[in-house]
Amino acid sequence: MMEFSTWDILRNLLLAARWTVVLSLVSFLGGGIVGALLLFLRIGGNRVLTAFTRYYVELFQGTPLLMQLFLAFFGLGLFGINVPAWLAAGIALVLWTAAFLAEIWRGCVEAVARGQWEASASLGMGYVQQMRYVILPQALKVAIPPTVGFSVQVVKGTALTSIIGFVELSKAGTVVTNATFQPFTVYGLVALIYFALCWPLSKSSQALERKLNAAHRNH
Amino acid sequence: MNYAFSFSWLTEYYPVLLKGILITIELIAVGGLFGVALGTACAWARALGPAWLKPLVSAYVELIRNTPFLIQLFFIFFGLPSLGLRLSELEAANLAMVVNLGAYSCEIVRAGIQATPRGQFEAGASLAMSPIQTFRYVVLVPALQRIWPALSSQVVIVMLGSAVVSQIAAEDLTFAANFIQSRSFRAFEAYFVTTAIYLALAILLRRALAGIGAMIFARRPAR
Repeated sequence: MMEFSTWDILRNLLLAARWTVVLSLVSFLGGGIVGALLLFLRIGGNRVLTAFTRYYVELFQGTPLLMQLFLAFFGLGLFGINVPAWLAAGIALVLWTAAFLAEIWRGCVEAVARGQWEASASLGMGYVQQMRYVILPQALKVAIPPTVGFSVQVVKGTALTSIIGFVELSKAGTVVTNATFQPFTVYGLVALIYFALCWPLSKSSQALERKLNAAHRNH
Repeated sequence: MNYAFSFSWLTEYYPVLLKGILITIELIAVGGLFGVALGTACAWARALGPAWLKPLVSAYVELIRNTPFLIQLFFIFFGLPSLGLRLSELEAANLAMVVNLGAYSCEIVRAGIQATPRGQFEAGASLAMSPIQTFRYVVLVPALQRIWPALSSQVVIVMLGSAVVSQIAAEDLTFAANFIQSRSFRAFEAYFVTTAIYLALAILLRRALAGIGAMIFARRPAR
């Protein structure tokens, strides 16, 4: 039997962690774009589109991410395409992230005082101008801390893609455990790598909240 | 797309689904109850407890909140036996959910405690209550009432997260779906039905928690 040093284990886990980082970035950026789209559909005032985004968010927040991954994996397969795990993982995570970000950002837009809408309307601004010059700059400030905070959920969410066979940090943990028979060390290290990825994000979210809240206290 | 959807497997396999639903409900009942209890104890320790306890609780909360539930589950089920703690699948799943919810609810309950006006603590002290008595009889219930909606959402999130306990072969609803798809080869339909059941469970759980909240906090004006 081969002997594995802790460095062997750690090196292999770190190599796999690259894919956790890549998938997290793709999900977060893609989710951000789709989420922004959903946000504008939601607050655009069209009743049908508003209802659609409400149900979209309810559906993705009310079902397990694991089920969404399974449905993406097997659902895309129904079209006769051979779906690679990374594609199903990417699609499911983007749609899931979009639902949460759209809901977070909606709260931020609604946190802008009504008077701001009325004031900008009284200056003869159109909807796009109101958004561009008055509402979004203020909403953005409120939105940054929770958005950074949610990125932690995205990183942790990528762990589930190991279950549909995408090889990232968690899957590597299982593979390395099966080779070394040292689950305590391996999963301990996997947890520490996730922690090293997530903790700075959590901390900066908290720091941003304190910093950006300074102006908010005057209201 | 030349695929004929079929749900005829439901007639044969619905008992499997039912059993899975029951186990998922059991998991969230135990996990929810003990998780919130642990979270409340940790919130007390972090907000009002002795100085030596605070960093320990903080470390626990940060560690759990910044690692995936799946890895916590694997660590408990596969890792802990090398320390001599061997748990069954269901025990490990229950423990992981309690530990996970404990960390999240600690932060939520702590926010409720910290929003308590100073005068409440002083009023308790002036009635000769000990700090523990003040916490139990004056601070705790209004604090829980303040954060009940956030706590309810977190419990629902943990219930949905419990889908991954199927990975250590705990026979929950997702395990049932995996079992059915491996027997009937109706993967999409099996996961579709299971997803719909999870959605229904999430909605029911949210309603139930709102009902429990209304019962606990009856005739107390919201603050």
